[in-house]
Amino acid sequence: MPAAANVSERTGPATSVVPAPAASGWTRRFASSRTGGLSALALVLALLPLIFPNNYFFEVAILVALNAIVCVGLNLLIGYAGQISLGHAGFYALGGYGSAILAARWDWPAWLSMPVAVAAVGALAWLVGRPTLRLKGHYLAMATLGLGVIVSIVLSNEDRLTGGPDGMAVPPLLLFGRVIQGELPWYAIVGLALWLTVWFALNLIDSPIGRALRALHGSEVAAETVGIDSARWKLRVFVQSALIAATAGALTAHYAGFITPAKASFLHSVELVIMVVFGGMASIWGAVVGAAVLTLLPQFLTVLKDYEMMTFGAILIATMVFFPRGIVPTLQRLLSRGRP
Amino acid sequence: MGDPWMQFVAAGLTSGAIYALVALGFSIVYNACHAINFAQGEFVMVGGMAAVSLVATGLPVTVAVLLAVAVAGIVGLLVEKLAIEPAQRSGKADVVTLIIITIGVALFLRGVAQVLWDKRVHPLPAFSGNEPIAVFGATVVPQSLWVLGGTALAVLALGWFFSRTLYGKAMRATAINPLAAQLMGISTRGVMLVSFALAAMLGALGGVLTAPITFTSYDVGVMLGLKGFAAAMLGGLGSFGGAVAGGLLLGLLESLGAGFVSSAYKDAIAFVVILGVLFFMPGGLVGARRSERV
Repeated sequence: MPAAANVSERTGPATSVVPAPAASGWTRRFASSRTGGLSALALVLALLPLIFPNNYFFEVAILVALNAIVCVGLNLLIGYAGQISLGHAGFYALGGYGSAILAARWDWPAWLSMPVAVAAVGALAWLVGRPTLRLKGHYLAMATLGLGVIVSIVLSNEDRLTGGPDGMAVPPLLLFGRVIQGELPWYAIVGLALWLTVWFALNLIDSPIGRALRALHGSEVAAETVGIDSARWKLRVFVQSALIAATAGALTAHYAGFITPAKASFLHSVELVIMVVFGGMASIWGAVVGAAVLTLLPQFLTVLKDYEMMTFGAILIATMVFFPRGIVPTLQRLLSRGRP
Repeated sequence: MGDPWMQFVAAGLTSGAIYALVALGFSIVYNACHAINFAQGEFVMVGGMAAVSLVATGLPVTVAVLLAVAVAGIVGLLVEKLAIEPAQRSGKADVVTLIIITIGVALFLRGVAQVLWDKRVHPLPAFSGNEPIAVFGATVVPQSLWVLGGTALAVLALGWFFSRTLYGKAMRATAINPLAAQLMGISTRGVMLVSFALAAMLGALGGVLTAPITFTSYDVGVMLGLKGFAAAMLGGLGSFGGAVAGGLLLGLLESLGAGFVSSAYKDAIAFVVILGVLFFMPGGLVGARRSERV
């Protein structure tokens, strides 16, 4: 089984950056990808607004951050639990539509409609994940694929609730009696959400749960032999990644003030998986980088007009052929090889 | 108009035959490398679009159809040679990486089609006229019979290939245990090449047979690919008989569901079926319980 053969390499990035176990204490902590990385992320997020010349840059940055949030969650599932979801766009869109419908049709305040919608999506993920994750193999991929397509068809057809294929308007977010609008406040909220998601993901991976997940990604049988309930941990991570996707979806809906069924499309699910794999499976920073590069790339490729899809496909194939591990783990490997 | 039941059955079998061809392609590639080839639907599109162009040059329809299937076969070979093989040669490509590569191939082929042709919907002339005929109380266009006959012929030829020829047997051996097959002197690279070519030709056959009925365009492969995949799942991924049965059953369920339940949710039926299969019989209709290799 190829998965078992390179488990040590696959889980490498998390540990290989840390110089050596002997170097103890504060310096090591800071050099670790956790503390150092989180500080760097906070710094980048705080400094970026200073160099943004106009609102367009804010819009793109918010888009990048929202995709990165979904991808960090999805990467927990793909990279650490070793399962693919081909329906995460469904969870993302349901989070957005759920909150939008509660807020627009029943006048719920957004601070209440968002968590309720997100919790409902979590329950749906649990219902789908529970029977399928007990099976060995990539059955979750197929179940989520089915669920995602059904969600997108339902959203297009139930036009009394969802506005049909044209989408629906979403009421703005109200916090502490104030309408959140404009680019800077939204940038702050989304940036904070991204930082919290990365922090949560890094902690999860360094916790006993993370170790259990990596063990069962390597060899499920071996992990079960030492007492890891693989189905239970996989289910937990799957539900958590769905909750994260739904949160990002709800934020997107209230930020954009509009939502369409395209958000739930199979193509969008595929895009999310591509971001994770492109950036690097089992690398939290890879998910952030993948989301950033692949959100920005189409902005540049639009000049190619008709050749856009072709070029995107070619870039994807080339990346996977030459960097099968993804961009960030490959670069980390090159950098650590350069060191004495 | 005849009996609505027979009418829906006829329509369901016609679309089911196409799903069966696409599902066979999924199963063949799955057997060769355990990856799900998300470019399978694009092979359908390549076949249909190539046939439309070849007919436009003045070739007779039958010649154009055969050439279009051959063109798709070559595209399949190129996909394996240029995208799958380099990834596998580096030795680091696991199944997830291969799946992402096939998604890249799908986007690439769709992008090329968009440039080479355009974004419009193209019809292909029916092989033998459009005069509807009555069969068992249903009124069908002659092209439906071409679809069913063509599919039956392809399935029979495939059955002969896998049971009687050395190459077919080598492919089955590789599906069961690639390492053992390699030790017996079977070139697994060659098996991969033939698998992709066969999968592409089957998909393209589906594309040309159905183009006169449903027309074809650069993005026709997306939904057909997903539904063919659902059919392969329904029958049990990797099983040839299962792929055919799954395809026909899915076509019937879809047609009867659209006719008697809700036509707005016609496209959702295939995916409800996927979830039902996964929850209640994950091995598929004919899937045998397989032991887990560690």
